[in-house]
Amino acid sequence: MKGAARRALRGAGRSSEGAVFQVAAILLAFTVGALVLYVSGYNPASAYVAMLGGAFGDVYGVGQTLTQATPIVFTSIAFLVSSKAGLFNIGAEGQFLVGAFASALAGIYLAGLPWALHIPLALLVGAAAGGAWGLIAAVLKTRFDAHEVITTMMLTYVADYLTGYLSNYPFKAPGWVSQTVKIGASAELPRILPPTQLSAGILVALALVASTAYLLRKTILGFELRAIGLNPSAAESAGININRGVMAAMLLSGAIAGLGGACEILGVHRRFIEGFSPGYGWDGLAVALVGGLNPVGSLLAAILFGALRSGGMIMTRSTKVPLDIVIILQGLVIVFVAAPTFMKSLLRRGRR
Amino acid sequence: MTTAVQMQGITKVFPGVVANDHIDFSVEKGEIHGLLGENGAGKTVLMSVLYGLYRPDEGRILVDGREVRVGSPAHAMRLGIGMVHQHFMLVPSLTVMENITLGREPVSNGFMLDRVRMQRDVREFCDRYKLDVDLAAPVYTLPVGVQQRVEILKALYRGAAILVLDEPTAVLTPVEVEGLFTAVRALRAEGKTVIFISHKLREVLAICDRITVLKRGRVVDIVVAGDASEDRLAEMMVGRKIVHEFKKGDAPDQKPVLTVKGLASLSDRGLPALRGIDLEVRSHEIMGLAGVEGNGQTELVEALMGLRKITEGTVTLDGVDITGATPLERIRMGVAHIPEDRYKRGVIPDFSVMENLILCGQRDRFAANRVALDFDEASTCSEELMSDYQIQAPGRDTPLRNLSGGNQQRVVVGREFSRDPRLVVAAQPTRGLDVGATEYVRVKLVEMRDKGGAVLLISADLDEIWALSDRIAVIYEGRIVAVERADEATEQEIGLLMAGGRKDGEVEGGR
Amino acid sequence: MVELLDVINVGILAAAIRMATPIVYAALGGMFSERVGVVNIGMEGIMLTSALGGVIVSYYTGNPWLGVVAAVAIGGLMGLVHAVVTVRYAGNQIVSGTGLNVLAMGFTAYMSQILWGSRGASESVASIEDITIPILSDVPVIGPIVGTHSPLVYLMPVVTAICYVVLFRTPLGLHIRAVGEHPTAAETAGIDVVRIKYMGVIVSGMLSGLGGAFLSLSHLNLFARGMTGGRGFIALAALIFGKWMPFGVLEAGLLFGFADALQMRLQSLGILPPQIILMIPYVLTVAVLAGVVGRAKPPSDYKPYQRE
Repeated sequence: MKGAARRALRGAGRSSEGAVFQVAAILLAFTVGALVLYVSGYNPASAYVAMLGGAFGDVYGVGQTLTQATPIVFTSIAFLVSSKAGLFNIGAEGQFLVGAFASALAGIYLAGLPWALHIPLALLVGAAAGGAWGLIAAVLKTRFDAHEVITTMMLTYVADYLTGYLSNYPFKAPGWVSQTVKIGASAELPRILPPTQLSAGILVALALVASTAYLLRKTILGFELRAIGLNPSAAESAGININRGVMAAMLLSGAIAGLGGACEILGVHRRFIEGFSPGYGWDGLAVALVGGLNPVGSLLAAILFGALRSGGMIMTRSTKVPLDIVIILQGLVIVFVAAPTFMKSLLRRGRR
Repeated sequence: MTTAVQMQGITKVFPGVVANDHIDFSVEKGEIHGLLGENGAGKTVLMSVLYGLYRPDEGRILVDGREVRVGSPAHAMRLGIGMVHQHFMLVPSLTVMENITLGREPVSNGFMLDRVRMQRDVREFCDRYKLDVDLAAPVYTLPVGVQQRVEILKALYRGAAILVLDEPTAVLTPVEVEGLFTAVRALRAEGKTVIFISHKLREVLAICDRITVLKRGRVVDIVVAGDASEDRLAEMMVGRKIVHEFKKGDAPDQKPVLTVKGLASLSDRGLPALRGIDLEVRSHEIMGLAGVEGNGQTELVEALMGLRKITEGTVTLDGVDITGATPLERIRMGVAHIPEDRYKRGVIPDFSVMENLILCGQRDRFAANRVALDFDEASTCSEELMSDYQIQAPGRDTPLRNLSGGNQQRVVVGREFSRDPRLVVAAQPTRGLDVGATEYVRVKLVEMRDKGGAVLLISADLDEIWALSDRIAVIYEGRIVAVERADEATEQEIGLLMAGGRKDGEVEGGR
Repeated sequence: MVELLDVINVGILAAAIRMATPIVYAALGGMFSERVGVVNIGMEGIMLTSALGGVIVSYYTGNPWLGVVAAVAIGGLMGLVHAVVTVRYAGNQIVSGTGLNVLAMGFTAYMSQILWGSRGASESVASIEDITIPILSDVPVIGPIVGTHSPLVYLMPVVTAICYVVLFRTPLGLHIRAVGEHPTAAETAGIDVVRIKYMGVIVSGMLSGLGGAFLSLSHLNLFARGMTGGRGFIALAALIFGKWMPFGVLEAGLLFGFADALQMRLQSLGILPPQIILMIPYVLTVAVLAGVVGRAKPPSDYKPYQRE
């Protein structure tokens, strides 16, 4: 009897997937995080208050929150798209970096173009570079059956070192800092909420969310990718070309991450600085999971994580709590989201 | 006490279905007792309860007169109950003797495997029960019939006094079946009790002493084999007289639709699976392909659908060479496929009914343009198909996994047939379906044939082949060994050919 | 001009063996985990956390061996978490492993900051001294390469051999392989599948912990943020390259250790920009994954085991 009940619950849980257990995972993560803070001698309440206050307390805070959220929207949607096709692209960070650097080059060297042309071109270059980086892993998978978890991870390290090298040697700007020169003014994505760093990149991100929802629900490609992700054998029998699908998914995924890198460079930093990304790729993974692998969910979760980051920086300044607590919270969320049945059993126990 | 096992009032419920409904089942010591019923009658569930894989919702079990609660297979084994499952419980990379002694391996020095003693102990058992196997061979290298022998040895080695055999002949050739029967009789002579689960009337009558017939989770009757007849048993199993013949229309001008010449292909392991297949299927015809599973049928279907690489030979459809064509191209040219494993290749369980119905056509009929899907077309078409093919579901957006097996198969059939295909490749199309769904699928196949389509029917169910085919081909070890007209062939002939015999009475090779 | 012998010499071969050690330990751990049917990509995070834990214990007790014990224990604990998520709650194995990695990144940086104030590295702690094997180190050519190493390095082939014996010569090994390949068959044979799975994953954590301990308590004598540098992932590649067999893993580990050592040597020679050289182990990993021709079939099915 017990087994049957459990199975029924599992079935019910699937249809009411909703935000319930993701929200529970977040709350649980915050609880454990509070415990960690407490044990290390910090006051969890004041830490969290400082974090949330810093994130949403005023216009500046909201602006910075959205600024931090923007790149995460891109990386999370990148992970989402590939996961729909059954792929684990954990290398969004590398694709992000590659796209960022490529767009910086486009911003610097394609000078003399009107901004209406320069910006889209630079964005395109960034997306293309990220897509190509993702395609490498796709080729390795389809030709050599190499698992994309390892290859994308390795390629992230390579991307990190490669862009590090490029910004330190051939393309280095004069001075001490490992960075390129500034991009041309015609390539700058305008700031839309001064004095915050929020740029038009967020508009691109919103457009991306809408396009992704459309892609997955309404297009042939979305249909085929989802089929591949859910049942590759059946998809193959239905005439879908699995290899092409895998390549398309990784190309798209990498391009989206690369586009995110481009927006970050063109909108916020205006040059490529070594180490400018505090791990947006990893944030993206957590956000995609918390968002329930759903474009709108990713947007909301990205804002949450953006709040964690921007609020976190303010929290660190005022309470001296190490910023890394933010990463700990993320890690906890991922672990809790990994086990839906655990969450469900907790909820059930809580209800009694 | 002469009753080996007594199960009283056993009830087991799964979501949506009562698998066992207050079943009383008892077996005497030293008898071979048949448990007969159709697919889904509840036979395997009942025995899984006995074996500790399921816990019953109601009822009690007595072994040797004592009431027991069987908590796990380990417990069942301690009680002397051994089970040989339909899907073997053998670890592929381990050797025969390692599999047999798994869980009770002899050790020397406290923790090292004692392979010498292992061999000795197992050999003794083999000799006693006259079951001969190569003990050092990894199980995955052995043919299915031998693997079954290993399973039986495993149960005996663990002290089974009661052996439950679950559909043991499903994967055997007629010759191997005889070998199994000999072994089973030897077991009875040694005082063992055997429960023989099957849906095959003839075999149950041949080997069993008494037979319990199940239907839809309930006991219909318990008969002595000597007193029963096939027809009577069939009626009990199904509840009505079985229809053996399907009325087919006339077959006018038949033209070859599918021509296969010298087709060769490899199995997943890299061994030759198809060794030069020559086959022709004509319009207005159902060509039944008979053969024991594992002789290349799966590979043949995959090669025909473009899902497996062809190393030699050609495949022609209506005169056009499709040997190198992609699956999509073949679909577009009018080939339909009812896969043998619908969960693997036929449906996407997490997709909705509608999404499953538009599979194969997402780039053509259901595409609005090069990018987007045409949801209007998809909705109207799925409503039509759901009504035409009597697909029972709350709505077209219901996830497919919520439908019953029979309805899921209707989705597959509806989708494939609605394309008006030239050729239908139907592999085990009624496997796992209840009687109603089975009849429905067969009716549809005959309809397709009457309309002029060419149907290649691959089935392990000989009754199905006989009932539906115009011509019958036999596949054995990757070759077509015979093609006969159904009204000219005899059952003995076909059975022999399936086992590797030749029409003139000789047996091919040596097995 | 840089001569070949400046690069490929006794020193680099010795370094190769050294650098192979953490990879081999982690890969052996990964082997046990995968052989019971659970993918553990969280080894990177486990190594990192164990490295930190070992340093902390060594810092407060002054005894590096206690640190090693602590590291192994921490690794086992993290393995337990992974096991609970993936076995007990049938959670997604890759997500859980990734979560452990992220958690480790954050947690180690956090603790490092709290204890030592800097976000970069800890203070130096007591570490394990290298030992010299008397007769072996006098042998020409081989001697300098294998004669002087940390005890943990010498332990590496021993542990490998033990893994081999356990896996292929004991009943436990048969059970492990059965559970990974065909859990239902193992269950019906009376094997406690859940217990074996837990054990395999916990052992993988412990071995990864040992690898982490080597990095912070033997190779170096401190903890530095992100000091594992992707070795947990390289270990996965070594596992595939070694075809999930103990001695195969040892060979693969040595290969990757060589790449690591090569990268360090080239850096010190300064003939190429550091970043290009640092890329070498990762590029090699990718190349190896591409070069593993044919389908190297993993030993198990990775579905969570469900008992009715």
